Amino acid sequence: MTHNIYVYILLSGLVSYLIRVLPLTLIRKPIRNVWLRSFLYYVPYATLAVMTFPAILYASRSPIASFAALLAGGALALRGRSLPVVAAVCCITVFLLESILLHS
Amino acid sequence: MTQMKNAFFRGIQDGTPIGLGYAAVSFSLGIAMRNAGMTWYQGFLLSLVNLASAGQYADLQVIAADGAYLEIVLVTLVANARYLLMSTALSQKFSPRTPMRHRFFTAYAVTDELFGLAIHQDGYLNPHYYYGAMSMAVPGWCIGTALGILAGNILPESIVSALSISLYGMFLAIILPPARHDRVIAAVVLCGFALSTLTQYIPFLSTMTAGTKTIILTILIAGCAAWLFPHTEDDHDA
Repeated sequence: MTHNIYVYILLSGLVSYLIRVLPLTLIRKPIRNVWLRSFLYYVPYATLAVMTFPAILYASRSPIASFAALLAGGALALRGRSLPVVAAVCCITVFLLESILLHS
Repeated sequence: MTQMKNAFFRGIQDGTPIGLGYAAVSFSLGIAMRNAGMTWYQGFLLSLVNLASAGQYADLQVIAADGAYLEIVLVTLVANARYLLMSTALSQKFSPRTPMRHRFFTAYAVTDELFGLAIHQDGYLNPHYYYGAMSMAVPGWCIGTALGILAGNILPESIVSALSISLYGMFLAIILPPARHDRVIAAVVLCGFALSTLTQYIPFLSTMTAGTKTIILTILIAGCAAWLFPHTEDDHDA
């Protein structure tokens, strides 16, 4: 079955807005439950980690180039380098390695 | 009236660097959307209604795989769940005398960065300050997305391939620095990498779509971490 892209967009937008508007209008109380607070605190790290690996390996045309970008970018991120620097180094690594690997 | 204007212009000032940063991130997101076959106006629209990087990337996984409508609802809910925390904190920053309608408008643009601006204001939040910052951040996010998709269609394949990795680089730059100082976050990230890899290559589990995998693993990992290592600090900047 093929789904309509605009229904996807509408549904995602609706959920995004409800998550943000309900606490600001109806709930209006701080979340006190420690488990829920902790869960919400850890969620972004879990989501981004799950979405990053191994998907990053298939992001460029060469898994080897992607893996090298992961190592280079990961090392810089661990040293606390800023987001644009890490992203740029990943791109340059892929570009250079692909031009060697895919043209030989 | 002038006070309202002043607050709005202060918001524009503080929102400008955020808008520029958003344009760079959403450009990368646009490249990923283009690779999934979305047009520039579909990408613009998805960015306009969501205003969320991780959430939109998770949506993209479902869209690319032609997943069920329920899947996009759940994946958006999980990937954006942290906004519940921010919105409840922001709720406390509103003066009881501020009309209700401002809560509805402000809610549209609760993002990590705009929330950070709002929470660091002295005293109650002036909604017009928030609107000023939104007026820079929202167009930056939406136009960046559209430009990313258009650029992906025009640029040579070697450049597009290199740019496709940038979004993942940004994800690394978000999750790895805190992992250095917080062992629980480090464990959460490593579990995320490991379980995501396992589910990708184990024959039975690999039939799971990327969206479903993101939902199940996020709930599992963040749920266990919260149960084993409750995070007690007051995380206003979460």
